[in-house]
Amino acid sequence: MSDRSQLISTGEPFQFDKKRDAEFERLAKRYPTRESMILPALWLTQEQEGWVSQEAIAYIADRIGTFASKVYEAATFYTMYNLHPMGKYHICVCRTLSCWLRGKQEIVDYLRDEVGITPGNQTEDGRFSLEEVECLGHCGTAPVVQINGEFYENMDVEKLKSLLATLK
Amino acid sequence: MEVKILSAKFDIKNSNKLKTAKKHGAYQTLEKLFSMEPAEVIEEVKNSGLRGRGGAGFPAGVKWSFLPKDTGKPVYLAVNSDESEPATFKDRYILVKDPHMMIEGIIICSYAIGSHDTYIYVRGEYTTQVKVLQAAIDEAYKAGYLGEKVAGHDFRLDVTVHRGAGAYVCGEETALLESIEGRKGQPRSKPPFPAVSGLYGCPTIINNVQSIASLPFIMQEGADAYKAYGTEKSPGTHLFGISGHVEKPGLYELPLGLPILEVIDKVAGGVWKGRKLKAVIPGGSSTPVLLPEEAATTTLDYESMAEHKTMFGSGGIVVLDETVNIVELVQNLINFYHHESCGQCTPCREGLGWMKKITQKILKGEGSMADIDLLRELCDNIEMKTVCVLSAACTMPVRSYLDKFRHEFEAYVTANEPLVAEATEE
Repeated sequence: MSDRSQLISTGEPFQFDKKRDAEFERLAKRYPTRESMILPALWLTQEQEGWVSQEAIAYIADRIGTFASKVYEAATFYTMYNLHPMGKYHICVCRTLSCWLRGKQEIVDYLRDEVGITPGNQTEDGRFSLEEVECLGHCGTAPVVQINGEFYENMDVEKLKSLLATLK
Repeated sequence: MEVKILSAKFDIKNSNKLKTAKKHGAYQTLEKLFSMEPAEVIEEVKNSGLRGRGGAGFPAGVKWSFLPKDTGKPVYLAVNSDESEPATFKDRYILVKDPHMMIEGIIICSYAIGSHDTYIYVRGEYTTQVKVLQAAIDEAYKAGYLGEKVAGHDFRLDVTVHRGAGAYVCGEETALLESIEGRKGQPRSKPPFPAVSGLYGCPTIINNVQSIASLPFIMQEGADAYKAYGTEKSPGTHLFGISGHVEKPGLYELPLGLPILEVIDKVAGGVWKGRKLKAVIPGGSSTPVLLPEEAATTTLDYESMAEHKTMFGSGGIVVLDETVNIVELVQNLINFYHHESCGQCTPCREGLGWMKKITQKILKGEGSMADIDLLRELCDNIEMKTVCVLSAACTMPVRSYLDKFRHEFEAYVTANEPLVAEATEE
């Protein structure tokens, strides 16, 4: 169970850009209720900003015509919605069964010892943030790392080293 | 041993593109489909014996026939692509390698059950996969396979991808529906079952990606051709994901009913590094573990798994070599299920937390024999006392590890050290 409950305010009003606005309207026609747009709207927000702020929650609620508490409920329950800004490169290392069996810990240790990040934290320059996540569904090519949505399979420390060097 | 029914197009370049897929037979069943009555389609699928490939193994055609007739409400189809059970990675291949096979399956199912709106619920982590799927859906719309008139017939069908956002529990049917409706994924009490009252209170069928993707073959070749594969009670083929300590982990399509150890040896290259086999998880992390001597008589079908007091599950086989520390593995599993508990039911929300703490205590060498008993007792007191089976997905395997590897837990209590074999290297 998740203990995510704090929202961060940017102090700036939020709204969808043109592209997301159009996508919101396109999708809204597909559902018989407006509230079904809560998850899609949170995704559109995160695509646009990288994370979901307090202002974004209020905006989505207004846009959908529902209570902010309902949007907050979804945003805090679903762990993939970032409730604070992440590193430029957000690294997710799978920690579950098959990745654990095939050496995910060496990857996490490398990131801690050589890159200087531990799960839940970022590097000081904001370049990398790290999260250990539950099963990413790539067990046959374990261990797997996901960086900004892209999957990198059959990982080991050497491969990760050269990969990180390409991420400036 | 391998067969190519569902995976027929997996090795073809650009198989996700409509042009390539069509060249290899996609959408060829639609003329036949629309010449049949929906009831005939349901009958054909029933006859094929196709069982739900999400894990429960319930006969797909029978599920469809639970829909009440003429309620005046729309019927919805939700395709479950949440695929979050550890060791399961089969549906992802369909989404990426042959999305048109799934879309064709959606058309077949929708026609059979009289549904005009499908939601494909894809787990949020499948970011790149969802793009491939959406592109395929867009192509299908453009080519007239989806939309107002499916393949020129008087049948409307809209297909919408709904992305999850990192909650394992949303693979549970009713949590999935809650999530589409915009709420947190907390399962509903049943009855009513979704077939009677599901999405937006309307009759709803929820099928796994692989079940849906199996339909074009059944339509094209007929129920008997499908039943030619597999066993009498577990017909057909399945995409088995083999992971863990094998030489060649990966996804393999096999008929049901093959001996599990033979598959591990001949298909997946055997236990890696020449090591000895310690145990096999037969169908995803929630299925009770098998010792080598049990696995020796187990075949990959629903009946044999039940006889061995485990489950076929999602077909995600995990091989554990002799060096695996079972207590640490149990900790890894409990962490997963505790993290994924939706928080609705106290036995699961709190109980899995207690199980996590007790296992930590044992691993630190601070546990007692009574703690091992307590862990075992908790399994019995949590299981089936919750709205959904998430808690059982944790307690069933943990109980099996406690019963089959109790000596490893005891070693932490008596000697404060793991009881794990040295690796036998080649």
